[in-house]
Order: sequence, then structure tokens, then C-alpha cells
Amino acid sequence: MTINVQILQKSDPNASDRIIHPLFVRLTQWNSAFALFMKIMNGRKIYNAAPVYPLQFPPDITPGGWLAGALAGVFAKIWLLSINGIVYLVYGVVSGHYWRSLIRFQAMAAYRNIRLELKPLILHGPGEHNPVQRVLYNAVIWIVILLVFSGLTMWKPVQFQSLAHFFGGYDEARKVHFFATLGLALFTLIHLSIAMAVKGTIESMFSGRLAQKPPKKIGAPK
Amino acid sequence: MSAGNPKNPKISLRDFRPQIARIERRLFLKQGLSLGALTMLSGCTLKDGDAVDKLLWAMSRWNDRVQAAIFDHGKLARTYSEADITEPFPFNAYYEQPMAPVIYGPDYQLELGGLISNKRPWRINELRALPQTNQITQHICVEGWSAIGKWGGVTFKTFLERIGADLTAKYVGFKCADKYSTSIDMPSALHPQTLLTLDFPGQPGETKYGFPVKVRIPTKLGFKNPKFVTEIFVTNDNPGGYWENQGYNWFSGS
Repeated sequence: MTINVQILQKSDPNASDRIIHPLFVRLTQWNSAFALFMKIMNGRKIYNAAPVYPLQFPPDITPGGWLAGALAGVFAKIWLLSINGIVYLVYGVVSGHYWRSLIRFQAMAAYRNIRLELKPLILHGPGEHNPVQRVLYNAVIWIVILLVFSGLTMWKPVQFQSLAHFFGGYDEARKVHFFATLGLALFTLIHLSIAMAVKGTIESMFSGRLAQKPPKKIGAPK
Repeated sequence: MSAGNPKNPKISLRDFRPQIARIERRLFLKQGLSLGALTMLSGCTLKDGDAVDKLLWAMSRWNDRVQAAIFDHGKLARTYSEADITEPFPFNAYYEQPMAPVIYGPDYQLELGGLISNKRPWRINELRALPQTNQITQHICVEGWSAIGKWGGVTFKTFLERIGADLTAKYVGFKCADKYSTSIDMPSALHPQTLLTLDFPGQPGETKYGFPVKVRIPTKLGFKNPKFVTEIFVTNDNPGGYWENQGYNWFSGS
């Protein structure tokens, strides 16, 4: 049994039944994970059509059949991600989820528990915030912002010319988009590794609840 | 008899239930993955007409409408200086460079069709007699590369007005000497930088960039800029185009 489960169960006897990840969070999380994965798969074929750098992706990992298929696939997934993002932001604000979970719950309860879990993995001094997490979750917000705006610039360098001016032009926006995508892929790897290292995290993103089984050796909470 | 007896072990299905569940789960995941892979690999070629293809075509038509709504007639493409021009300007077509048509200028006639009041064909010297302008703009290909070139000729809006084209019609279509075709929306055709091009990048006498007539549209991707144009027509039915009919987005604005 994991430490975070025990701590939560001590403070709240019904912790194992409590929904810690609301349905909309789980749906939008997996939907964006799916859409982004597929979008990056398609994106590699688009990159290959005119590589920015002397490097190409092997053709067998670039689905879409041909360039037009990959482009159509990417634009379809852009709409999926946009709707997903709007639902997540609007529902999150309206339902009070951001205040409850992202600010209060996560910052105070989960954050401390995750820190305990990560102690053997990531070294940090006592009383400090975990620097890896802090950098990681701040960075991904900026990566997503860069991806959206560099993507809009590549799509409409004339209509969104103030954006194009900001990035230094269409070709520069392409490079920013390329590196931001690499950044997002790297974030996903680290994010997944941490999630897999902390038992029950991935399961809870499906069920919404913490692990159902009571601790075996320490004894089930009364 | 105890289950521990190695000579006659009592095998119960119950003992293996967890393993069976694990195998079933693994199979389910495997099938799920291959289903996903199938839709990714064969499902979005835009050529086999399956459900995914239909969805992607519908999304592309929706993207046309969004782009038409975003299009701002007053937004001009950035212009560059002579020093920024890409040399040599890249040649790109659906065929290799030696296959590019070579048209004999004095014999050339630009045909007109559709919703145009004066359909008399035009010769190069007549087009040259119209007010001339030029631009140095960035050509962006759907493949992702870009190049800066200089094009000269007649503002397309001026030409459309001169021939009495119905400017309230929806589309302008182009037919080309290399069997290429494309079409654009009327607002893009009337954009101040859309140019009926008579002067091309490259050396004097070089014809591969579209001589004698090209339509340069800096607010559209490269493939929407037809070369070797032999006929211009105005219509209310979307004429599609060579690449557009195969799945590239029709509006393809910049």
C-alpha cells in the first residue's frame, strides 16, 4: 500500500470511496493524451515533407498515408483538442474544480504525499518544494502556450501577422513548434514515469478513486 | 486426494482464473492497439472513402468556412527587400522540372469563361498594356518550406474589373497548360496583393516558373498559385482543383 493512501485514509475513513479525479478531468485528460499522441504521429509526416533540420523520422512511424492525409488528420485533432481544452477550462472554472483540486487539494494534501513518495526518486532538501515538479508543471504550461501560438502562426502567417512578427516569421514559428513538441514529448515521458512510480496514480485516473483494497499488513482502517 | 500430490494433481479452473483474466486483458489491449493502428495507418489516406475519410473530408470543409471567416481583406502579406530573395527560387510541381510546359509567347491566348461579360481572349502584349505592379513576398508551400520571390504583373482585381467579371460570384477557377487546375474564393481574388503575374523569378527567358501567366496569391499556400494559366473562369460552383480533389484543404489560406 502506498504512503499517500494511508495518510488520506487516516484523515478520512471514506477516502478510498471518494472521487479524487472528477469524470471531466479524466475524460479530458485521456482525450487530450489520445489526440496529442495521434497528432504528433501525423505531425512527423508533415515534418518529413520539408524537414527543418537534417533529420527525418522513419516513414513507418508517420501515419496518414501521405501528406494530405496527415494534414487532414492534424487539423481534425486540432478541433478535438480545442473543444477538449474549452470544456476543461470552462467546466473547471464553473464547477470550482480548479479552486478545490488544483489549488487547495493538490497543493496541500496530495502535494505533500507525492513528495514523500518521490523522496527515494528525486532528492530534495527537507521543507523544500520538489524542484523537479515545480519546474516541470510550470514548463508544460508555457510549452502548451508556445505550441498553440506557434501553430496559429504556421497556419495563418498573414492573418495573424502580429504573432508572426513576435516569432520572427513563419520559418521561425516552425522551429519553435518543433522544439515545443519535443518538449511536450519529454514532459509526457517524465510525467508518465512519475505517475508509474507512485502506485495507484494511473489506476485513479481511470476509476477516479484511490485504490479500493485496504492495506494488508498495517491493517484496514476502521 | 490433496491437490499437492504430484502424481495426480487436481486441476481446478478456479486456480487459473487470475492468469486467464490476465491473458484476456492482454489480448483485449492488443486488439485495441491494432484497431487503433489500423485507423491511423489506413484510415486517413483521404482516398479509400471509409468512415474516417468521410469525417476528415467533412472537417476539411468546415476548416474552409473557418478560414473564410478569418480572412481579412485589409491584412497584407509582409513584403521583403531585393536582398531577401531566394536564389535560385525552388521549382515545385506534381511533375519533375523537365516536364514543365514551354509556351511560345506570341501564340499565347488567355481564355476567359463563366460569369464574365467580355470573354474575349487576351494576348501577352495586351496584358502588358494594363497598369503594372510588382511584389517581393514569401511563398509558403503546403509541405512546409518557404522561399522569397519577386513577381510582377497586373493587380488581379483590376483585371477582373476590366473583363467585367461578376465580382459577387463565389469562385474564380484556373486551368493550366500542364493539366493543373485550382480555384480560389472571390474575396481572395480581390485581395490587393493578388497578382496576374507576367514577370517571374529566375533568369530572363526562364519559363519554368509559369511563363507566360501565373496567378500569385501571397495570402494562399503555394499550390493555390497556378502557373502556365491558360483559362480563367468565374463561377458559383466550387470547381475544386488538382490537389484539392485529392484531399489537400481547398481554402489553404495564409
